[in-house]
Amino acid sequence: MSQIWIAVIGASFTAFLNKYFGHSVPEKWLDRPRFKRINTLVPIVLLSALVGVQTFADKKDLVIDQRLAGVGVALVALKFKAPFPVVVISAAITSAAIYNWF
Amino acid sequence: MGLYGAAFGAAGVTAGFSIIQTCLLSLLLFSGASQFAVVGIMGAGGSAVSAIATATLLGFRNALYGLQMAPILKVKGIKRILAAQITIDESTAVATLQENDTDRKRGFYATGIGVYVFWNMFTFLGALGASAIGNPSVWGLDAAVPAAFCGLVWPRLKNKTHFIVSAASISLALILTPLTPAGIPIITTVLLAVIFGWKK
Repeated sequence: MSQIWIAVIGASFTAFLNKYFGHSVPEKWLDRPRFKRINTLVPIVLLSALVGVQTFADKKDLVIDQRLAGVGVALVALKFKAPFPVVVISAAITSAAIYNWF
Repeated sequence: MGLYGAAFGAAGVTAGFSIIQTCLLSLLLFSGASQFAVVGIMGAGGSAVSAIATATLLGFRNALYGLQMAPILKVKGIKRILAAQITIDESTAVATLQENDTDRKRGFYATGIGVYVFWNMFTFLGALGASAIGNPSVWGLDAAVPAAFCGLVWPRLKNKTHFIVSAASISLALILTPLTPAGIPIITTVLLAVIFGWKK
C-alpha cells in the first residue's frame, strides 16, 4: 500500500476516533485548564508551520518565489476581512501572474 | 463552503493524490484543516506517519466539540456515530449560537449535514478541475495552499501571545526544514504549543 493510501485511511480513522471520543467520555476527562490552553495553541502552531513550509520550502531548500507574493496578498485580504474564497483566489491569481510573466 | 471544498479538491490532486483519494478524505476524514494538513505534508514528501500525527492533533478540537454537543444531542449507537462524523467547527459553532437545546440540535444537524454534502460535492469538482491542469504553478495553485492555511489560522489569532506563538512556529518549522525529513518540521512545533500553554 502506498504512503498516500496509508495517510488517507490512517488520518480518517484517527479523525473519527477524535470525534467519537468526545461524544463518549465523561466531561471531566478533558475539562482541564492547562489541557485546554495547549489545545487552543495546537492548531495555531501546526497551521502556522504549514504556512511557513508551504510558502518557502522547495523540498529541503528554502526559496523565495511567486508563492510568497501570493501569500502576502492573502494576508492583506485577511486583514481586510475578505471571505475565504477571495483569500485563496487572490493568492492564486497573484502567484500565477508572477509565474507566467517573469 | 463550496469554493473552500473546491480549493481542497484542487490541493489534493496538486499534492499527488488521486481523485478517489482526495474525495475519500472529504468523505471519511471530514475536517478541513486536518485534510489540508494531510495533503500538504504528503505533497511536500512527508511520511504517512507525520501526516497522520499532524492531522490527529489538529482534529483533537473536534473531540472537545463532541464533549460540548453530547449532553445536548443525547444520541447512542449508530446515531452517535453519524453525529460524531459531522462534529466539526461549523456545526458546533452554529449550535452554540442558538437559544435552546431544540434549536441547538436542529442547528447542529442542519449545518453538519449541509456542510458534508457541499464539501464533498465541491471536493470532487475541485479535484476534477485540478486533474485537468498540468503545471500547478501556472494556475497559482502552489500559492493557494499556503493561502488556505493562512485563512485557517487567521481567525484563531485572537491576542498578542497567539501572534508570537504563530511567528515562533513559522521560524522553528523553517529552521528545521533543511535539517529534517519533510513533515517533521510541522509536527515538532507542537512543543511550542505545550511550552506556551503550560503556564497561564
